[in-house]
Amino acid sequence: MSVRIGVVLFPGSNRDIDAVNALEVAGAEPVILWHEEASLAGVAGVLIPGGFAYGDYLRAGVIARFSPVMRAVAGFAAEGGLVLGVCNGFQVLTEAHLLPGALLRNRGLRFVSREVRIAAERLDTPFTHLIDDRRGLRMPVAHGEGAFYADETTLDALEADGQVLFRYVHDDGSRAGGEEDRANPNGSLRAIAGVMNAAGNVAGLMPHPETAVEAVLGSDDGLGIIASFVASAAERERASGPVPVGAR
Amino acid sequence: MDVRFAVNVSPKPGILDPQGRAVEGSLDHLGIAGVSAVRVGRRVELTVSAADEAGARAVVERLAAELLSNPLIEAYDVEVLGAASSTDSTESPSAAGAPA
Repeated sequence: MSVRIGVVLFPGSNRDIDAVNALEVAGAEPVILWHEEASLAGVAGVLIPGGFAYGDYLRAGVIARFSPVMRAVAGFAAEGGLVLGVCNGFQVLTEAHLLPGALLRNRGLRFVSREVRIAAERLDTPFTHLIDDRRGLRMPVAHGEGAFYADETTLDALEADGQVLFRYVHDDGSRAGGEEDRANPNGSLRAIAGVMNAAGNVAGLMPHPETAVEAVLGSDDGLGIIASFVASAAERERASGPVPVGAR
Repeated sequence: MDVRFAVNVSPKPGILDPQGRAVEGSLDHLGIAGVSAVRVGRRVELTVSAADEAGARAVVERLAAELLSNPLIEAYDVEVLGAASSTDSTESPSAAGAPA
């Protein structure tokens, strides 16, 4: 039986179909979770896809934070449930304080839609353990507000605690520079492309691994991330027993 | 009573403001000199119904801190615009600033 993974659908989500496809490629059974529903339908993990939830009015991700489904996601995360946010999903998770930092408007001011290269900082997390190696992973970005920001103290703490999950890198795998470096598409501080929470069960990144899961899409480098997440959710469900539908 | 408020949200000092930088970058084209430190924020006007002004203000403060601003990157101040008649609430409040 394949593991059931929830895909949160907000008004304005637009990468949900890609998320569903990626989960299927990774062998999971995707379950759409409507934003008005306060139940997670007993899924083993939650993926928050990209898009422009609630039109991104006010700040990207902030209105979504107060939706019934996000209250359920926060409860799920507090119990150790695995949550992965991609792009707008990452913004939603930072606004919900489930992840540290904030995503600011791209420092170059432009909406950036192109392929980038990122590298996993750690291969021992629920989101990265099936990634082949530390070679750069090619996948697209498509966002206007993706510049990762936190104050210096927080950045130091994130690095010390191993919460920096992905960084933008050059083709040779070396870490990207600041906003003047094309390899860093949005001017993220310390070239941070993705982070996780202190407990290690909630992660987010700006690039789109879910649209890079098959060679026909131009790259399948994102599959390692999606497959890690799916395998970890399945493992956690096996360890804790099946979750009855509607229990949450 | 109904009280009309404005919440002014601006990027915290030290946070790079690309919008402000873009505005500053356009000054040359306008032939304007001597303008610096441009910061682009957002102004939200709203009417609150409460027993008294202190109660209304408490609602606005919560709204400003939890929704209208992100305390990591933005600061806000609350301005009382005065007592509002209930018909004001049918007007659409203006949310100044560029779309998010």
